[in-house]
Amino acid sequence: MISLGIEGTAHTLGIAIVEKINEKCKILSNESRMYKPAKGGIHPREAANHHAMHLPSLLHESIKKAGVEIKEIDLIGFSIGPGLGPCLRTVATAARTIAIKYKKPIMGVNHCIAHLEIGKALTGSHDPVLLYASGGNTQVISLLEKKYRIFGETLDIGIGNCLDKFGRAIGIPFPAGPHIEKLARKGRKYIPLPYSVKGMDVSFSGILTAALSLIKNESIEDMAYSLQETCFSMLAEVTERAMAHLEKEEVLLGGGVASNMRLQEIMKKMAMERGAKFFVPSRQYLVDNGAMIAWTAILMHEAGYRMSLGDTKVRQNFRTDEVEVKWS
Amino acid sequence: MELIKRGAEAKIYRAKWMGKEVVIKRRVRKGYRIKELDEEIRRRRTKEEAFLMAETRRAGVSVPIIYYIDTVKMEIVMEYIGGKRIKDFIDDENEETQKKICRMIGESVAKMHSHGIIHGDLTTSNMILADKLYFIDFGLGMKSFENEARGVDMHLLMEAFNAAHRNEKLFKWVFEAYGENFDEADEVKRKIDEIIKRGRYMRRVS
Repeated sequence: MISLGIEGTAHTLGIAIVEKINEKCKILSNESRMYKPAKGGIHPREAANHHAMHLPSLLHESIKKAGVEIKEIDLIGFSIGPGLGPCLRTVATAARTIAIKYKKPIMGVNHCIAHLEIGKALTGSHDPVLLYASGGNTQVISLLEKKYRIFGETLDIGIGNCLDKFGRAIGIPFPAGPHIEKLARKGRKYIPLPYSVKGMDVSFSGILTAALSLIKNESIEDMAYSLQETCFSMLAEVTERAMAHLEKEEVLLGGGVASNMRLQEIMKKMAMERGAKFFVPSRQYLVDNGAMIAWTAILMHEAGYRMSLGDTKVRQNFRTDEVEVKWS
Repeated sequence: MELIKRGAEAKIYRAKWMGKEVVIKRRVRKGYRIKELDEEIRRRRTKEEAFLMAETRRAGVSVPIIYYIDTVKMEIVMEYIGGKRIKDFIDDENEETQKKICRMIGESVAKMHSHGIIHGDLTTSNMILADKLYFIDFGLGMKSFENEARGVDMHLLMEAFNAAHRNEKLFKWVFEAYGENFDEADEVKRKIDEIIKRGRYMRRVS
């Protein structure tokens, strides 16, 4: 089965063609364009305009690269939520148009579940606890009784959002994560910041406020280092708690922030100390991508899910545990 | 020293200390955290847990007596309670005894909640019946007067009863006594219903 997937929940527009062959995930193409705001953070309407503008050319590129004809495609998947309303609606409209024009079945996919499924498919992880760390989302997700349940999450802003806001204050362009990672490598001194773990949940807004109030007096390298160490340790701790609680022995990373090498190192160490396995897909499948949508759409379709156009209304606050996982 | 439990953040030992039977809870070093951060967190949590236990005692609920707090080894040395865990025997009791125990649990949690103490891990494994009913493991506890926090606390207890025990009347009795001893119980009940709808706290209770 061959599926076309369109991702567009936030700043990234991704279009991919994926084939399921011999139970394996084969990615035929995975193209993307990222909206970068001229200043400040993501403006939802601007991001949606970006997606609308780039969609036709990106679609052609992806199909061309995959070397398939549109008639060979069996299924149109798109990110139905959670995400920014204008972006979701733009992508949904495109998916519906393609589905109607070429008479293909359509499938709205939960963005967070897609991160988890592509990670599993590409790394060989079977039953992981996923740390999903991106700009807007920070969640610890795992399968329990047929649903991907959220065992821990941020109580306020996402980890990436925290890094971006810190970056903006010190004049780093969006996305700030990679720059902060470089700065942090030169940091030597740990500056104490609030460490905010509540059970299996985390909170970043207080840390951000504290970090911003300290940047005048400290070097930005030390600040970046301290911010990373504090936030990433919190993420490792709540993930470990979820693993201990669920008695699961695999940890999987997903989301753009997971491409940070220091976060990977911390998570790997946590896994090793508990004798668990550590999995991380390559960077292009950590960040938002079309392949994860295309792949999850196939899994859902094969498990018997069907959607009419009426079911494809976008869901800005779509939670992972609203989907029954019939395919796992 | 005999290791009796290994948790996500601490090891629990049974030992002799100054001639007394004690339990030692030691927070273990986490290699993934840098040393400065790791030590600070373990030190603070050791202190906070001891503080919360003291507060709970002050609220009139029995907890092990704390003999010693070591913020270098990051350990709490506390009284060994030689009773039975509720989890291990309540199913074998007759209904009358079950009801009596459940009412004690409800009454104790009501006392904690009205004093702003959230236990954080209310399961029948963390309750011991000896001469009195004792509560242990305040490692996830906190101070809060919010009904949200109380709801999460009670919801977990409900899950613990539903998952680990046969008689579904048990939690009903707990909540009955909780309500008789705590004015805000109705509001907490509403929070529990809200939390159930969120579905995210579903867990495997051991």
